Amino acid sequence: MNALTVHSMWTTAAEPLNKIPAPKIEYVQLAPVLIVVGAAVLGILAEAFVPRRGRYVTQVFLTLLALAASFAAVVALAAGGYGTTKAHIAAMGAIAVDGPALFLQGTIILASVVAVLTFAERRLDPADHGHKVDSFAAEAAAVPGGDHEKAAVKAGFTTTEVFPLALFAIAGMLVFPAANDLLTLFIALEVFSLPLYLLCAVARRKRLMSQEAALKYFLLGAFSSAFLLFGIALLYGYAGSVSYATIAGVVDGSVGSVDPALAQTMGNDALLLIGFALVLMGLLFKVGAVPFHMWTPDVYQGAPTPVTGFMAAATKVAAFGALLRLLYVVLPGLTWDWRPVMWGVAIVTMLGGAIVAITQTDIKRLLAYSSIAHAGFLLAGVIAATPSGISSVLFYLGAYSFVTIGAFAVVTLVRDAGGEATHLSKWAGLGRRSPLVAAVFAVFLLAFAGIPLTSGFSGKFAVFKAAAEGGAGALVVVGVIASAIAAFFYIRVIVLMFFSEPKADGPTVAVPSVLTTLTITAGVVVTLVLGLAPQYFLDLAGQASVFVR
Amino acid sequence: MNPVNYLYLAALLFTIGAVGVLIRRNAIVVFMCVELMLNACNLAFVTFSRMHGNLDGQIIAFFTMVVAAAEVVVGLAIIVSVFRSRHSASVDDASLMKL
Repeated sequence: MNALTVHSMWTTAAEPLNKIPAPKIEYVQLAPVLIVVGAAVLGILAEAFVPRRGRYVTQVFLTLLALAASFAAVVALAAGGYGTTKAHIAAMGAIAVDGPALFLQGTIILASVVAVLTFAERRLDPADHGHKVDSFAAEAAAVPGGDHEKAAVKAGFTTTEVFPLALFAIAGMLVFPAANDLLTLFIALEVFSLPLYLLCAVARRKRLMSQEAALKYFLLGAFSSAFLLFGIALLYGYAGSVSYATIAGVVDGSVGSVDPALAQTMGNDALLLIGFALVLMGLLFKVGAVPFHMWTPDVYQGAPTPVTGFMAAATKVAAFGALLRLLYVVLPGLTWDWRPVMWGVAIVTMLGGAIVAITQTDIKRLLAYSSIAHAGFLLAGVIAATPSGISSVLFYLGAYSFVTIGAFAVVTLVRDAGGEATHLSKWAGLGRRSPLVAAVFAVFLLAFAGIPLTSGFSGKFAVFKAAAEGGAGALVVVGVIASAIAAFFYIRVIVLMFFSEPKADGPTVAVPSVLTTLTITAGVVVTLVLGLAPQYFLDLAGQASVFVR
Repeated sequence: MNPVNYLYLAALLFTIGAVGVLIRRNAIVVFMCVELMLNACNLAFVTFSRMHGNLDGQIIAFFTMVVAAAEVVVGLAIIVSVFRSRHSASVDDASLMKL
């Protein structure tokens, strides 16, 4: 089709068109996503129609039910062989239903369940005017400290909108690692980013910081997604299509074109390389890799802590899924071009995250820089460019997300008069006052550090082994050095908690309800199980490590 | 006219937008520069669509417009709430969190 025939397509639209074939959508295979989106829409309706008193219970119930149903759908698809033998591309080439997609969707849903439990926690702050309060503002639109907000607090309002917002974000995250064309990738990115920007802004305490975090996250996120979109435009210009399969075919030369305009752009490597670099930049921003990590510490610190935990875990899983699919499905023909770049990014990410974390004095910022370092370790697995690289990254993501959510859940418990006591000096001697909470946090820190018998060790070992086998031995050396640096500041927090005198005006540890207790318990159990008996899960990740093309 | 010229225009608009994001200090103006970048992407999509003679690019432009609209809704909500609590929309004033 040349430009003239396209022109005739809109000038001759008055004539009856020939039958347009209806798109074939495999609804059953898309069920995990559709259930979550449907529940999110129902949640919005519940905000409109359910009386205020009943909204909290309705939303929590609806959210957990939807996530459970969605997880059941993922398991059913995996049991039906869609992860291995029946893996294929659904929805007219837009969504891949294959092993990595199902594995990551399952991970995202489970991580979301435990994160949503911390969203619903209402026992940490004392009741205000006789109403139970959670981590979110009474009315997010009200000016902090203003009359309007005081009235809202007095009336016992709560921002129950966070649950549908979280569901929309989860839906986008479920699509992101399964996206099989660049347009779906971009839409999924926006669908999970936009609710996250809002969730960052609605903290009950320290709302100025929360709004600042949302502003920074939003402006930088929109900036990076514009780069991603321009990259998509250039790749579309290069290949004449946004489908992963077609672009991959054009890159390795198996798809040619008789159309002179297309043949000209297909030969234009500038379009390919610049476009690919821009798309990669957009994804690395979401991953939080240096040098695109600037937003991470501020956003992690300012956002309400349950949201931080959710964001740190689920976003990372989704973004690494999309990154893996892009590098392994679209650009295997360019491996020699992207590997040196990713080497550089992985090295500065590992070292940068670990070194800057040492200087941090705020526990949330510390965990933010630690998440940057972990992004670097994951990138080492991505660079391996082998099936064991994929499976090790999948395993690491599963292990890391539960540790992260658990650690941030513990952060919500340590409180003083101003809300959460996040300054590290306040954590001194915590082990003497509340040995249990300090011990649990120590387990999470040891897992972050990658000490044996925790999930962090199994994950790191798998990733580094894959990287070494994939010919990235030097990267493993850097990774081990970065791990040693990182271990220093994790251990330092443990020493601070157990071997220093508690201060007289130190924080108190709130007694959580069953919800946060469940989250933290899930974190500890997963950490220990994946550390002591990782083989079953490694095998599972191994089975799931083949991308459909 | 050779459609490639529109690609140069798109790249120019994108660059103007990107530079604007980096040097402007008002959150609203920064945000408008991001919108300019998105529209530059649209121009590139439509131009490539015309060059290749397939309609994918034009359809994607519609998706981009919807995303841009959604981004405006979320972005202005955040910027307005920041402005109401600080009486300033300058991105330099938002500096509570620093190392």
